[in-house]
Amino acid sequence: MPRAKPTPKVARTSLAKVPTGIKGLDEVTGGGLPRGRVTLVCGRAGCGKSLLAMEFLMHGAVQYGEPGVCMNFEETEDKLIANVASLGFDLRDLTKRKKLLVDYVSIERNQIAETGEYNLDGLFIRLAHAVKAIKAKRVVLDSVEALFSGIADSSILRSELSRLFRWLEDQHLTAIVTGEAGADTLTRHGLEEYVADCVISLDHRVTEQISTRRLRIVKYRGTSHGTDEYPFLIDEDGISVVPITSLVLTHKALTDRVSTGIAALDEMMEGKGFFRGSSVLVTGTAGTGKSSLAANFASAACARGERCLYFTFEESPSQILRNMRSVGLGLERWVKNGLLHFNAMRPTSTGLEGHLAIIHRLISQLRPGIVVIDPITNLVSASGSYDIKSMLVRLVDYLKMEEITSMFTNLTFAGDPQERTAAAVSSLMDTWIVLRDSKPNGRPRRELYVLKSRGMAHSREARELIVSKRGLELGIVVEGHPQATTVESPSAVVADG
Amino acid sequence: MKKSSAKKGPAKAGGSDFYRLRLYIAGQTPNSVTAIANLKKICEEKLKGKYRIEVVDLLEKPQLAKGDQIIAIPTLVRRLPPPVKKIIGNLSKTESVMVGLDLQPVR
Repeated sequence: MPRAKPTPKVARTSLAKVPTGIKGLDEVTGGGLPRGRVTLVCGRAGCGKSLLAMEFLMHGAVQYGEPGVCMNFEETEDKLIANVASLGFDLRDLTKRKKLLVDYVSIERNQIAETGEYNLDGLFIRLAHAVKAIKAKRVVLDSVEALFSGIADSSILRSELSRLFRWLEDQHLTAIVTGEAGADTLTRHGLEEYVADCVISLDHRVTEQISTRRLRIVKYRGTSHGTDEYPFLIDEDGISVVPITSLVLTHKALTDRVSTGIAALDEMMEGKGFFRGSSVLVTGTAGTGKSSLAANFASAACARGERCLYFTFEESPSQILRNMRSVGLGLERWVKNGLLHFNAMRPTSTGLEGHLAIIHRLISQLRPGIVVIDPITNLVSASGSYDIKSMLVRLVDYLKMEEITSMFTNLTFAGDPQERTAAAVSSLMDTWIVLRDSKPNGRPRRELYVLKSRGMAHSREARELIVSKRGLELGIVVEGHPQATTVESPSAVVADG
Repeated sequence: MKKSSAKKGPAKAGGSDFYRLRLYIAGQTPNSVTAIANLKKICEEKLKGKYRIEVVDLLEKPQLAKGDQIIAIPTLVRRLPPPVKKIIGNLSKTESVMVGLDLQPVR
């Protein structure tokens, strides 16, 4: 038999995917969940798995034109309607428009007498009926494990579940099945055995009274995925996952410049200031003018018409506005015209990842040119055992990718070698400005020098920093060569210490 | 012994000892056929003259599955007398059926 024309090689293109519409999740999964397959979402009670599943359906129905069926084994339609209403979805309306169908399956726990052979065709028929009624493309089963409490014969149940998942795939439905985490297993009843393609685990930990939610892709066949745990947040908009991975450094280095807000400081940096998209660390002891420098930088950005997002972890926005008025910075006008946006958070209000998630979300909403985080010191206090560096790596990477110039202030303590901070974060920073107090001849003054600034020939002089009603200025050169020159590698810091 | 519905006898429909039973099946599968046969047999033996059986094929009327919260097939629902009772399986374990339906042993 003559050979037919060579069959085209199985295309190695990536799997067809269905966007979840959940912020960040589609990025960490490279486009969403596997189309026409079953995805298991597991975790303990309250971890957010039902919410994730419902959001998948809602976004599908509203944004992607894919109607969805939710077979819910735990909550009645009314309760679900109330739950999703808080996220701004009108389940009743979606139901009326045949974009969504909820079928509440009530299971009498251990009260069903079994009198011989049976199967779960009733469930299949209900699901098939619902799918057909609205031409559903997406299905959620939340949580199918409830069947284990109603069906005594677990061997029948297991073979039926396996048949159910195969059926879903035969129908080309993209499905999420939720499962409660077991003691040592992903799910209490081993649902992971039936799901071959995609398993996502959610986790909600509370350490030192700070709660953190994390998402991990345990398995995703045919897709490379980070094994990282991604922090996520549940708020009035639902779930948002922080997608930043530090796997690759792909951001391009920009060559255009951003003024520091002080002409003389720009002068110290080739007359042009920071690189756009670079990260700037400002360290100093209490009262050396870190916030003033940051506010001045923000104000200058606003004056150029750039949007600025200012995260404050220490003072309320009104405190900052008042304090900055005293140094000649009228920030109110920028707040009023919407260029300057303050976000005040208590460091301990959420975990480090929670903060990261909030920061990420606001940045993606407001798309600022400048971001100020004042100070990161307080975030360290919220970090618990988790490494602040890994959070900052993600944040800095994200900011660079978005071409946002960022300034982080950091409080150092007198006598405390500032290199401690340095070891943690300075290697991530492109520019490091040090502020300090000094008392030559008994007269206190503030001093500033640029400890490092990558990619430019910056001045190594220390200058007096004058903060007055007229604003921020640099005064006389106080020293030609500051004691610490460029300390870039953490190992060098350790050696110094 | 040959009709699945039996209205004769002293008991009125809705009377306290009248049994209204609904059997849910999905097509003529072996389990469905067995369940129907088993049910008729038990009813004729224990409930002669005071029962009515309604067989619902969900392949024909899928919308009826939700009302009685049907998951397994076959499922037998005792609609009367109250309370509503549900048993699943092909009804071949007569003892379990009797217990499930609250049927007294033959007096």
